[in-house]
Amino acid sequence: MDKNIFKKEHYNQHLTRRYSIGKIYFTIFFSCLMVGIIGLLILLGQIFTQGVGMLTWTFISSYPSRHPDQAGILAALVGSVWLMGLTGILAVPFGIGTAIYLEEYASKNKFTQFIEINISNLAGVPSIVYGLLGLAVFVEWLNMGRTLIAGALTMALLVMPIVILASREAIRQVPISHREAAYALGATRWEVVKSIVLPSAIPGIMTGAILSMSRAVGEAAPVLAISALVYLTFVPTDPLDRFTVMPIQIYNWISRPQDEFRELAASGIILLLVVLLSMNSVAIYIRSKYQTKSEE
Amino acid sequence: MIADEYILSTNNLNVYYGTFQALTDVTLKIKPHIVTALIGPSGCGKSTLLRCFNRMNDLIPIFSLRGSIRYKNQELYNQDTDATTVRSQIGMVFQKPNPFPKSIYENLAFGLRINGYTGNYDEAIENSLRRSALWDEVKDRLNKSAIGLSGGQQQRLCIARALAVNPEVILMDEPASALDPIATLAIEELIRELSGSVTIVIVTHNMQQAGRVSDETAFLMVNENRAGYLVEHDDTQKIFTNPSEERTEAYITGRFS
Repeated sequence: MDKNIFKKEHYNQHLTRRYSIGKIYFTIFFSCLMVGIIGLLILLGQIFTQGVGMLTWTFISSYPSRHPDQAGILAALVGSVWLMGLTGILAVPFGIGTAIYLEEYASKNKFTQFIEINISNLAGVPSIVYGLLGLAVFVEWLNMGRTLIAGALTMALLVMPIVILASREAIRQVPISHREAAYALGATRWEVVKSIVLPSAIPGIMTGAILSMSRAVGEAAPVLAISALVYLTFVPTDPLDRFTVMPIQIYNWISRPQDEFRELAASGIILLLVVLLSMNSVAIYIRSKYQTKSEE
Repeated sequence: MIADEYILSTNNLNVYYGTFQALTDVTLKIKPHIVTALIGPSGCGKSTLLRCFNRMNDLIPIFSLRGSIRYKNQELYNQDTDATTVRSQIGMVFQKPNPFPKSIYENLAFGLRINGYTGNYDEAIENSLRRSALWDEVKDRLNKSAIGLSGGQQQRLCIARALAVNPEVILMDEPASALDPIATLAIEELIRELSGSVTIVIVTHNMQQAGRVSDETAFLMVNENRAGYLVEHDDTQKIFTNPSEERTEAYITGRFS
């Protein structure tokens, strides 16, 4: 081997230049992050300064009104809670059940592949499409009227793909070796699912369920198609009542010419954000609480 | 056929994964209450053979089999043989320790519960942990997670978990390959202690380990189509000192792998 080709002077490491290139890229990536954060902070700050003055107990406990100082979000808030609860009851059990079937029972064939592709596709369908579908099927064809239950069924269809995808992901995270260990002890398939798979997958499944609920709370378009109501002076008390939800109430206030109603809208946005953020924190809390337990 | 002499026996066993043949015409008879080692180069089908004995291969959709495997007098792959029953009588310990992410107690209670154990759980669990030489190390932390144990302790817990179901046979698939030498030694001692009360079939890559722990050894090899076949099966003593087949001697002395 010719030693002359590996002499020290043949190497020039350009360390200073390589480090400065690294710094440039760091700055670019950090700026990308900052653009998002600063944009969000400006938006939030704007809404907060506008809306915090109107955010009083009267606002939370009153029905909509022509007079801005008497107007409140009660009907929409209760409507949102109802819609979220009913959607959860409908979408979560069916979503989890579907996920368990697809991951633990279904054999991999053309039919299940077709179903799987379609579930992923459905998760990407615009929400207004679900709204119109719900209007045609539940409200008109099944004659449910513009009721809470029609809204919840529509919303359940909308969020079910999310529940299914999140649950499948969580179930897939459970190591095969745990399933094998249980089978080798003489466990049946259901015992493996119940005692080994689900306990480990529950945090992920719950997170998916809660995130899908917060998606349902934030959606305006499908409810607009189903409910079409904004001016509601009663609180829905059963699933067959008519209803409205917070995003629609906010949208209605924003579209009015008076400044006072704009402030009401900002208050409504703050309240909606509080609901969404607290739901997401519950999801994060559940995840971190169980994660330490189920770590491999 | 003499029913009681062999606990597990295969006769012209052929195993396929889809169109790939993994085992060719394996005829092997395993005696009860001894340790039988399955050795051979990578890909010779030792683990596949082991997983036929408790029907773990059922979990692989493309698996199929021709020939016969008997557990005592029962044809294992008959239509009316129930895989769940088979697995509760023929336990398994895997290559990588795989305790459930539950408490030590719960790891053993699970098997008892699903098999409808009616005795005293605490006693059964203590007894199983004692048999696997783990009791003294874990008796004060039975309600702590099994994940906190060391690798060697986890593997002994997995053996205890298998023992708690009171199987007649325990299949071990390279049980010490993920462990350090000291933990390996503990597992090997445990295997020696268990032999006599339970039949053990162990797959191992480690020739010395086969020599140390087993009473009989079966040597498998791969043919030109990458399908495994049985070369010879005899007393471990004889396989390691005076094998009948030249291929066995070549493999054991390390002349090829």
